[in-house]
Amino acid sequence: MRRDWKFYSQLGLTTLLCLFIMVPVVMSALAGVTVNVFKGLSSGLTLRWIFEVWDLYAASIMLSLGIAMACLLVTLVVGVPLAYVLVRRPGRLTRLFEELLTLPVAIPGLALALALLITYGGVGGYRTSWLFILTGHVLFTLPFMVRSVAAVMSAMNMKTLEEGAASLGAGFWRRFFTVIVPNAKPGILAGALMVVTLSIGEFNLTWMLHTPLTKTLPVGLADAYASMRLEIGSAYTLIFFVLIVPLLIAMQTLADTKKRAPKRDDTLEDSL
Amino acid sequence: MSLLQNMKGGRSRPSFPSSIVARIFGQATPGAGSPAILFLLMVPGLVIVAAFFLIPMALVAMRVADGPDGLATYFVILTNERYFASLVQTLVMSAGVTLCALILCGICGLFLVRNRFFGRNMITALLTLPLSFPGTVVGFMVIMLAGRQGAIGAMTDAVFGDKLVFAYNISGLFIGYLYFSIPRVILAVMASAEKLDPQLEEAARSLGAPTWRVVKDVILPGLMPGLISSGAICFATAMGAFGTAFTLATDIDVLPMVIYTEFTRNANVAVAAALSIALGAMTWAVLAAVRFFVGNSADLSPRGGA
Repeated sequence: MRRDWKFYSQLGLTTLLCLFIMVPVVMSALAGVTVNVFKGLSSGLTLRWIFEVWDLYAASIMLSLGIAMACLLVTLVVGVPLAYVLVRRPGRLTRLFEELLTLPVAIPGLALALALLITYGGVGGYRTSWLFILTGHVLFTLPFMVRSVAAVMSAMNMKTLEEGAASLGAGFWRRFFTVIVPNAKPGILAGALMVVTLSIGEFNLTWMLHTPLTKTLPVGLADAYASMRLEIGSAYTLIFFVLIVPLLIAMQTLADTKKRAPKRDDTLEDSL
Repeated sequence: MSLLQNMKGGRSRPSFPSSIVARIFGQATPGAGSPAILFLLMVPGLVIVAAFFLIPMALVAMRVADGPDGLATYFVILTNERYFASLVQTLVMSAGVTLCALILCGICGLFLVRNRFFGRNMITALLTLPLSFPGTVVGFMVIMLAGRQGAIGAMTDAVFGDKLVFAYNISGLFIGYLYFSIPRVILAVMASAEKLDPQLEEAARSLGAPTWRVVKDVILPGLMPGLISSGAICFATAMGAFGTAFTLATDIDVLPMVIYTEFTRNANVAVAAALSIALGAMTWAVLAAVRFFVGNSADLSPRGGA
């Protein structure tokens, strides 16, 4: 292709968009390790703010990781069988159920949190425990797991695989755990990465559901932005980036390898 | 019929409730577990959806009617001037963000797919980086860009001697949602652009079509499904997002902020519930309409939660 003014103007726009995305990321990462942000980088680099964030917010960071793991566990145990049923029994009722299942993603988190608060706000022990936040996260992430697994399951030739296994005498559970689950692994992996990433970053629901004793990472972030100095907010954001960016890269890599694989259905990509 | 198939399909024995289950769930594909097992597999999901979604939503709907105005509370979003103004503002801003994101990402996404040059993969990776930043972080990025210590302010200060700060009002929110939308739309555009057939364009050109006609009649129709479904996600996110507005300023009058203040500060549960039902219905309707017309799983691309 000839490189004329059109090429360079498009390249310029793309670079501008890239700067728009990256400048604030780099700025906040730098601000997190700068001694004094108002004086600029010349004031020197330090890890002091990172340690300070750790002192202040270690509990919420750990809570977030814990909730993400619990959420992953629940969505795996509940979501993989659900995906199997939805793929195996494509009927009107299962479709209706799938619609219901994905509704918590479509409606704003705020509305969902309000509904949970109105219903379970009075149940003292539950309301104040981290399980309350977990509930919200599971509602929000379960559809992603189900869709991701279902996409792989409908792309693989499950009928032949299962009939083969059954004709060799494998019972249902054996087929499920030794044939279906291993074959659905790419979908399960993609869904798992998605669930963990979403759970760590979830704010809309969590802000309404949290109590002073159950603060998650993003809730702590909002708190730091509102009431701490800029360096602490930035350092906290840096810690968040360090947690989340590897997950994002893993997700992208997974999607790319899938794209390069010769024969795979597009639906998986769409759900990523 | 389905019973017979299931008996043949696996070793699993059909049990009493299975015939009812079979009637409800339709035909099983051969080789699957028995209806009873399939139902068993669904139980945890059914319980979660019923206990934590259906029942709470029903209670919210009932709570609205308990308010001082009864069922009229449902229409408060249209009848109350303040709520209506905030609805209009939210709608206009969301539509604006969607349009901007579609135009910018349409051009850049197509460019990235069509051209191979040094640094292309790097640019693609960087553009999709904020894919699941939470809204609070997006808000902080806007502050970094356009806040009091921001990059734009520093630049305008150096050039014009005047600091340009616009992070803490609705234009900051606009920038934030644009920031949040770019990765999603870029990915969708690139996925559709890869499926476009360049030969169609060649054909159009060789028939004498000017560039704008090639774009309008060949490229845009091909990109349309991706543009529509990712645009719907942008729109729905911008309508319901809360974290970005919360980080920037609490007095931005967008609908989610209004709901939040009604609920927490004014303890006006009935109105907050009515407004969130209206908001939820609107976002769901947009996503459902798109899925109906485009037939794409629009609502499930990563939305994160700005």
